[in-house]
Amino acid sequence: MKKIFERIVEGFLFLSSTVTTITVLLIILFLFREGTGLFGKSPTEEGFTVAVNKNNPVSELNAEQVKNIFDANIENWKQVGGKNDSILVFRMDDIFKFYTEEELAGVDTNMTLLASKIDEVIQKNPNIIAFISSKNLPANPSSKIITIAKINLSDFFRGEEWFPTSQPVAEFGIYPLIMGTLWVSFLAILIALPFGLAMAIYMAEIAAPGVRNILKPLIELLSGIPSVVYGFFGLIVIVPLLQKTFDLPVGETGLAGSIVLAIMALPTIITVAEDSIRNTPVSVKEASLALGASHWQTIWRIMIPYASSGITAAVILGIGRAIGETMAVLMVTGNAAVIPHTILQPMRTIPATIAAELGESAKGGMHYQALFALGCILFIITLVVNLTVEMISKKRKQNR
Amino acid sequence: MNHSIIKKITQAIAFNIFRIMSVILVAILFSILAFIVYRGASYITWDFITKMPEEGMTKGGIFPAIVGTLSLVAGSMIVAFPLGVCSGIYINEYAPENGFKRFIKLMTNNLAGVPSIVFGLFGMSLFVNTLKFGDSIIAGSLTLGLLALPVIIRVTEEALKSIDKTYREASYALGATKLQTIVKVVLPMSMPNILTGLILSIGRVSGETAPILFTVAAYFLPKLPTSIFDQVMALPYHLYVLSTSGTNMEESRGMAYGTALVLIIIVLILNLIANIIRHFLMKKIKHK
Repeated sequence: MKKIFERIVEGFLFLSSTVTTITVLLIILFLFREGTGLFGKSPTEEGFTVAVNKNNPVSELNAEQVKNIFDANIENWKQVGGKNDSILVFRMDDIFKFYTEEELAGVDTNMTLLASKIDEVIQKNPNIIAFISSKNLPANPSSKIITIAKINLSDFFRGEEWFPTSQPVAEFGIYPLIMGTLWVSFLAILIALPFGLAMAIYMAEIAAPGVRNILKPLIELLSGIPSVVYGFFGLIVIVPLLQKTFDLPVGETGLAGSIVLAIMALPTIITVAEDSIRNTPVSVKEASLALGASHWQTIWRIMIPYASSGITAAVILGIGRAIGETMAVLMVTGNAAVIPHTILQPMRTIPATIAAELGESAKGGMHYQALFALGCILFIITLVVNLTVEMISKKRKQNR
Repeated sequence: MNHSIIKKITQAIAFNIFRIMSVILVAILFSILAFIVYRGASYITWDFITKMPEEGMTKGGIFPAIVGTLSLVAGSMIVAFPLGVCSGIYINEYAPENGFKRFIKLMTNNLAGVPSIVFGLFGMSLFVNTLKFGDSIIAGSLTLGLLALPVIIRVTEEALKSIDKTYREASYALGATKLQTIVKVVLPMSMPNILTGLILSIGRVSGETAPILFTVAAYFLPKLPTSIFDQVMALPYHLYVLSTSGTNMEESRGMAYGTALVLIIIVLILNLIANIIRHFLMKKIKHK
């Protein structure tokens, strides 16, 4: 009886230990299910099509060409492989340019009337390109639907324009977001690393035990402060300071994000680096001292090389945290989705994009799916970071 | 002789550089705390803590946000604490040393490294949309609970690992079963460490913003929740809203300072409690 009870409890404990694994798998399932839905879709909003006159030789366009046509950057069909003829852009509202209000009377209630009017316009203008609701395509149209190149992975990663809600075609190029994320995170680590290492060495080797006993809880406290509070501090203090110092139009820049992130990454870097320095075996340290090396020489030549893999782990972990950090970055970097040229311009990171845009994207729509695809990228990055750290620490254990 | 003087001077220079850098760093970190405490202190009044927000969040208090955060903390700990402790016990006490154990530990570490915004996406997709909880305390609590879970598992594992093998052996020698040993000997001894971890993860949960953005947080809701399917305001989200998208940012600045200070005070108190438990309860156990 007792044994059965123990067995049941063990089974129950076993089940609870699988929860993290299940959660990771569920995250993968839900993220990728939504995120991959984006690919292979036409970038026009659902229920809308782009159409041209039946006699137009052009039948395929890619998203960028369509966007440039509707933005009047491309004005001749020759530029997209058609006849030498200027392009006439037609949106639903333009119907009033072709017909008087009397002629359109009753359109509100009779959709087929509107459809036939649109068909008339397209028939009359061989150089037209029209962005219309699919419902307004009559049964036997004189128009031809343009096939727009589907969204694919390469456009997603290499595309330089992030206009997830623009009409008639949305653009999901995340290159600027990736660059923004990398710039902000790497600069943050560059700032945090010298200070973090100095502090770790100081706490592990130089500071008196009393000082260390004060510093340790202080660092722990700082790692517990919420990221919004750091973001708030950055917004109130660092942003105006940068604006004044560098005489910028706006203070919300990549640099502001990096500084805030550096402050936030410090506790992680200090703790992990300090632990690995302290883990140097006493025998190694004493051997060095016995050979006549000074304390500093021992630290510099023996202990730091010995702890280097742990320090590498600290840096990688720090980068991972920085890449995934959302709120503080969202608050101070200015969130402009452009490819950065200097660190003193507004930037936008992947997590900040998700946080800022998910609330306004329609559930299940392309924008929503694109944001989940961004989530997938973040997930993969952190997975790689974790596995790398895991490998490094495994190697360390083997070496010992 | 000359050589050893150079050696001493290099050491002195190096050590002093590290000292100075550490002092600068501590000064910066400390000034962040001091800045918010100094600016926020004058806004913290009894009314601020206990009143509803008024006039587009430029006046009044943050009571609903405090209640919201408390309910989220309670909800997420109900999810994470039992699961985390059970899971930690299994990993450290029962799991055989094989690939399966390594796999579970790896997954736990991976979960711990997942960015909070990804938890937000996941929580929204699973709890809010698929399970149809809507934006609610339960959706937010479950999301936050999963986020806190790996921390609690790790802390439990470490706490159990630090208990000397001899205690277990003594217990077995007296005829106790494995379960009895764990419940009566190992767990009580590791409780202070587990509690410390619990308190620190409460601190983390109460400050998280990204996971609750799309699962529970309400922009402005001057009433208290009546069920776990209600939306609530929460302190960190409130601070975010006040400082970035409030209707009148200049006038709500004071509210923002006050909210930031309340968040810091929560973290301070929790850290203090954790340290007290660590020091006193640990001593008590060692003396036994």
